[in-house]
Amino acid sequence: MKSLSEIDTTSKRASRASGFDWGIAEEVGKNTKMLEMLGLPGIKNLNHYYKVRKTKFFEKIELINELNPKKKLEYCPIVTGVSFLDQVRTLENLNEIKFKNIAYPILFLPFISRASEVIGRKISLKIDNINFLLNYNHSIYSNALQDGITTVGNDVIVRFIENSDSFHESEWNELYKLSEETFVKENESSKQSGAGAGLTDND
Amino acid sequence: MKIDLRSPNIVMKLSKLGSFHQSKLSFLRSFLKEFKDWNYKRDLFDLDELGYGTAVYSFKKNHRVYSLICFANQLDENDRSDRVIATKWDAAFTLHDGVPKKQDIERLRNEVPKQEVGRLSCKELTLSRANKSVRVFNHVVESLSEGKQPDISLLSSVGYLYRTTAVYGSGKFGLADRFRIKDREEIYGPFRLEMMLVYLVRQFTFDQVNHVAKNKNPKKAVSLDPEICRNLGIGNSTGLGMAPFIVNHPTLLNNWVLARETALKEIREIKNIEKKDSDLFKEYLKKSIKNITSWNTESTYQQKKNKFLLEDLNNFIIFLEKDFNFLNEFSFNKIYLWLEKNSGDECIEYIVSMMMEPYDKIVSPLIKKMSSEEERYFNIPTNRTVADLRDILENRYKQILKIDFSKNENNQNFWFISKNKEEPRLADRFEEKGSELEQPLAIARDINRLYKALLVLKSSSTIDKFLMKNNHLRHVVRRAFIVEKFPYSEIQDNTIGKSIVPIDMLRLKLSFFGALKFDPRSDKWLRICMFQGAPLPEQLKNYDDSWIYN
Repeated sequence: MKSLSEIDTTSKRASRASGFDWGIAEEVGKNTKMLEMLGLPGIKNLNHYYKVRKTKFFEKIELINELNPKKKLEYCPIVTGVSFLDQVRTLENLNEIKFKNIAYPILFLPFISRASEVIGRKISLKIDNINFLLNYNHSIYSNALQDGITTVGNDVIVRFIENSDSFHESEWNELYKLSEETFVKENESSKQSGAGAGLTDND
Repeated sequence: MKIDLRSPNIVMKLSKLGSFHQSKLSFLRSFLKEFKDWNYKRDLFDLDELGYGTAVYSFKKNHRVYSLICFANQLDENDRSDRVIATKWDAAFTLHDGVPKKQDIERLRNEVPKQEVGRLSCKELTLSRANKSVRVFNHVVESLSEGKQPDISLLSSVGYLYRTTAVYGSGKFGLADRFRIKDREEIYGPFRLEMMLVYLVRQFTFDQVNHVAKNKNPKKAVSLDPEICRNLGIGNSTGLGMAPFIVNHPTLLNNWVLARETALKEIREIKNIEKKDSDLFKEYLKKSIKNITSWNTESTYQQKKNKFLLEDLNNFIIFLEKDFNFLNEFSFNKIYLWLEKNSGDECIEYIVSMMMEPYDKIVSPLIKKMSSEEERYFNIPTNRTVADLRDILENRYKQILKIDFSKNENNQNFWFISKNKEEPRLADRFEEKGSELEQPLAIARDINRLYKALLVLKSSSTIDKFLMKNNHLRHVVRRAFIVEKFPYSEIQDNTIGKSIVPIDMLRLKLSFFGALKFDPRSDKWLRICMFQGAPLPEQLKNYDDSWIYN
């Protein structure tokens, strides 16, 4: 199983390799780690999005408005998320903000969760028919949010889940391969000056 | 009298950080202190007559158990390499959380010897490998099997039987993420589990050498004298992999240095020094000199530093004996001011470490503050203004802003991750390929770029608006707001300049580990020794924190 630290690092490097600035890549690393920690498919979506980005363009929104209408291109979930997070203190004065066509919206979710922590307010996010309640960066997912009283639970089942990745090894390998595009091939002189170099190690 | 903390503009210069020495705050010392009353046990020792096989050692207290699992394998002489590109080692180790089951040991037998290409699980906490100092190991086996103790001078000149070439933790290669275990009180100090691994490996090296000698000559062999064992540590070869760590963990770096600076400040503020404390300071200072006179290095850079250190220390001891009276008020402050006037950085920082020795009550509470919840400070306060950010840069990066990055010499190098081993490396920007894939470690340069970008903007404009057009500077905007809260979080030097000495960055980190005898092998890697002189696990119950000077 991949550790959250590996998920953070690989997502960050892959984001940089996909063309994002380092500062944004850092945000994506933390976000993907958070999604995976909560059992949401961060790596799956990120990997797919970065594959698609190689051949398709996305709308990069800078200023978020109350209504963000459909554009020719779908909104990039990362640029939209960063802008939302940065501008949330202004945006919280609006009751509701609407977006049309955000690509891979699960990648947008952690930005909203963090924004909830920044302003100290719960935020509800609805992606088509799925509702999320984002609770000061402790995300709780429910597809049947209600504020009524539930008087009885007829069948209550608690299940302990084995720790396992939420993605296939092939998806990890693809994202990892992309992250490797931030690596540089060492030349011989560099290899010769690394730790342990330049002496006999049988001393 | 109130003493100010030393300015980050002075303390955080690389030449200063590269002069730090071990102290009471060092992680290997605080680890031993924490685990001194845990139950140590050798649970399994299944080695063949040549010393190859499996061993398990544990520390236990109440319901908590940490187990070191060791795999010792035969290694061809041609395969023995301390370099990070090696793929085989004399022994490989992992620290397991709890008591390993048979299935765990079998699983780990397949993975641990492979190191970076193996996969660990969240039940494993740290991972390492080590190579024998063949010359010393074979000499010890030969001597013991003949019923004699080994040549002490040879052992002293090297200082260890094995040296590790990497110690990994915190989620690497599938190891447990730190968040899973961070609330355990016994590991509140940083790198505690890495220290435990190295400490238990040290014991394994003694047990293995005794075992091999015994099997070589069962009738005649003797065991290595515990006093000799105590004076052996574990060597370590360390390269650039460690350097970016201190740039990538700014709040952690701050907390380490702040602990040291706070201790110094509080000691300087003591009005009347008790005799027992001044005696202890003087006693340890004199005893500690042997750690310098037995410090062997072929590095002219380090030899020069050691020479000045010894000269300065001798002058200081003369001053202390002839001209100084501890009955004067604020004696340690006077000592510090004398040092600033009369000594170099190596000596100043050496004495700063020594000053902490009598003051457990000052140092101990600081140790618990040396970890960091780094993600709490990750979000950028985008409602702050351009004027706020500019002020931070002008106050916190004064020296950095003076560097002229239009000169090639100030842009000479770039940090990258090597494709071969996924390790950080430094290369010449104007001679090597790959600078377009530079890691975000050129903080001084990027802070300069940020400052220039801010100069042309309206002061009242907010950071969210700035970032709309300037996300290429986002990483340093984040850092600037961190350094505002954590003044010791940033190296106040150019980490890509022509004159950078990367081993200064390693020395800083290793001094906090508690390493002794820094032995630079180039400007990019060095050897050190850890736990030399430390009590053996069986002796921990009678732990004496001054072991490092005995």
